Amino acid sequence: MFTRRSAAITAAILLSSPALLQSAGAADQPTDPQIAHIAYTAGVIDINAAKQAQKKAKSKDVKAFAEDMLRDHEAVNKQALALVKKLNVTPEDNDTSKALSKQASDKLAELDKLSGAAFDKAYVANEVAYHKQVNGALETQLIPSAGNAELKSLLQTGLKIFQGHQQHAEHVAAELK
Amino acid sequence: MMPGRLFSLPVALVFAAMVVPAHAATIEITMENLVIAPAEISAKVGDTITWINKDVFAHTATARNGDFDVTLPPKKSATSVPKKAGTVEYYCRYHPNMKATLKVEP
Repeated sequence: MFTRRSAAITAAILLSSPALLQSAGAADQPTDPQIAHIAYTAGVIDINAAKQAQKKAKSKDVKAFAEDMLRDHEAVNKQALALVKKLNVTPEDNDTSKALSKQASDKLAELDKLSGAAFDKAYVANEVAYHKQVNGALETQLIPSAGNAELKSLLQTGLKIFQGHQQHAEHVAAELK
Repeated sequence: MMPGRLFSLPVALVFAAMVVPAHAATIEITMENLVIAPAEISAKVGDTITWINKDVFAHTATARNGDFDVTLPPKKSATSVPKKAGTVEYYCRYHPNMKATLKVEP
């Protein structure tokens, strides 16, 4: 199953998240240890972004949003760690994780130069874009590729909560305008 | 006889206090997989609401009218007692998509 390629999934990834595809090694479906690594990395990225926002954000709503991100992503990653331990799986670094990390550290540096309302706006705009990207990858690539049922279920819970984050971020973004 | 009379008032008060909770029901509202169930439920003033969070995420039950704001850490439960009648819309402050209605009858 892992080696089988799906043109439909590839096309969907191409359309929904170009940044992830560039790095995903074309149409290769990620393995469970890679999926675990990608999902965990994606969580760490948003946790770091939230920590930056807690220090720099000006608006009360943005600060509260960052706190929500920190709380939820830490909870998901705690579950993810418990699951890989239980399944005795070692998360495996891969090109997608590397590309996500690179993109995130560039973004952190970019946002670091901003302050006040400009920071708030840029942080929230990136949260909208980032959750869109991650949710697209979860839907079209990670969830369909996951072999283990518990991993798949955790990813589905993640998708549900991150879709809520995306809406929340969109709402905060609209309020800032 | 005198001691009996002296005790009668406190005893009556104790019984009165016990009668009220005996009529009060306990109503369970569960938060699981980011959904509040049941989405609509009725309770009476003085009933105990048991809020059960089955998720690994923290939730809140926050009344839009300010009547209550219960915080529920992951996998924990809490109780509250509605004090006045009315239909209360509530939601989770952390996950505003989670919303439900509590109808409090007198």
